[in-house]
Amino acid sequence: MRPPLAAGLGFKPRHFDEALRCVSPGLWFEVHPENYMGDGGPRLAMLDALADRHPLSLHGVSLSLAAAAPPDTGHLRRLRRLVDRVRPVLVSEHLAWSAWGGRYMPDLLPFPRTHEALACIAANILRSQEALGRSISIENPSHYLALDGHDWNETDFLAELVRRTGCGLLLDINNVHVSANNLGFDALAYLRAFPLHAVTEIHLAGHGVDEDSPANLLIDSHDAPVGEPVWDLYRHVLSRGGPRPTLIERDGNLPSFDVLLQECVRAGTMLAAQGLAA
Amino acid sequence: MSTLADFQSAFVEALHDEASTFVPANQRPFAVYRNTVMRACIDALEANFPSVLCLVGRDWFRAAAAIHATRSPPSDVRLACYGEGFPGFLESFEPAAGLPYLGDVARLDRLWNESLDAADAEPLDVEHLVGRAPSALEAMRLRVHPATRWQVSPFPVLSIWRPSREGVAVDGALAWRSECAIVVRVAGDVSVLPASPAEITLLEACRRGASLGEAATAVSRAHPDVPIELTLSGLLQSGAFAHS
Repeated sequence: MRPPLAAGLGFKPRHFDEALRCVSPGLWFEVHPENYMGDGGPRLAMLDALADRHPLSLHGVSLSLAAAAPPDTGHLRRLRRLVDRVRPVLVSEHLAWSAWGGRYMPDLLPFPRTHEALACIAANILRSQEALGRSISIENPSHYLALDGHDWNETDFLAELVRRTGCGLLLDINNVHVSANNLGFDALAYLRAFPLHAVTEIHLAGHGVDEDSPANLLIDSHDAPVGEPVWDLYRHVLSRGGPRPTLIERDGNLPSFDVLLQECVRAGTMLAAQGLAA
Repeated sequence: MSTLADFQSAFVEALHDEASTFVPANQRPFAVYRNTVMRACIDALEANFPSVLCLVGRDWFRAAAAIHATRSPPSDVRLACYGEGFPGFLESFEPAAGLPYLGDVARLDRLWNESLDAADAEPLDVEHLVGRAPSALEAMRLRVHPATRWQVSPFPVLSIWRPSREGVAVDGALAWRSECAIVVRVAGDVSVLPASPAEITLLEACRRGASLGEAATAVSRAHPDVPIELTLSGLLQSGAFAHS
């Protein structure tokens, strides 16, 4: 039997051999399913091999749940095929949109949290969960813009999505830190209001400062080690909500596998201090 | 803004139009979204067309890619598939007029990517055909492997593509003639091989569903001097066919 999930890493193909060999207890890996939606070939074979050795999480970036349209059925079908193939322990998506009017904008775009948006997104989550035959978890986004017209604050909005759809939540603590800085709210107050009971996974990542911006805008860049303020918030979340499977996300300025594993071990040690992850 | 749909339409328009009157686009951080979307499109094209990148250099490539991404943004969320129209764009792109082969080099990059992610299938080897009666051979319909692709170019496309794909300069003593290439995937490795026009005729006939006898007739009509046995065995050895 596999040990409970502890700390995991975003999988990078260049780390394939090390990832396959690594026996760090509770280690798991996360991938973007969009990168593995071919019909066959070496990329899928690599994912199969990884799934044979470690628990896998599929973390989608393009389901576009916060659009005023149902998710693309072709995309859902391909995602289901991947879910059936690699049997992921976790499947997650973002509280954002990226497809509209036949175009795909490769980013996670914001929206006003209105009653209408809530109904739309809840319906889209239910459709997705039905198509995938399992529940998914929804990630809190990074914010750069102060939008008008919200009917809901974000934590209540997420809690209501959980209530209406039975989905889980993915708490990205770096996103909380970045958004709190950019929109000028208190990260700790946000986390105190966050429905931690529904959290199935935590993300930790590094961020950067937007050099073009006069206002010290922080960017959720995933190209640096996890920042100390994010570790502090993580400690706070663990002390309140207990341990949860935690992922170190890194996409740019990719260091060696061992360097990433050190961050993973740091998170794992904090999780162990709280007892085993759920 | 009355509805989520209106908000999204205005947001998308503002992503592409600096002069948009969409209120959130007046905030400076809106540029983060503009930049991220554009950078992701350009990065995807750069990843999908490495030989073109090598031929034209990074600055030229990214400038051209930005124009293409504005005119033809992605529609598929699988960015590894993005750039279907990029070869054609390069052919009609005025600044690339001095590089008429660029479109075909881009097509070969794209065929390479298609081959990489195509369905798996057991390759058909020569042994499978040995010892069969001639009439049985003629009636066989060979299945082109799902990962096999080919290209016929009026340019020496393979001679330009191969060094470019490896990031080195093309030999200046290039023979300026038409070339054909086949792309095959064997044991997970994609290879691009030189092909004869007769091999292309045979592959095209097989893909249309012709029997081996019909395909051989097509080859001998188009290329009367080429022995069909050699053409077929060369393709079989390269892994271009699969078990049905």
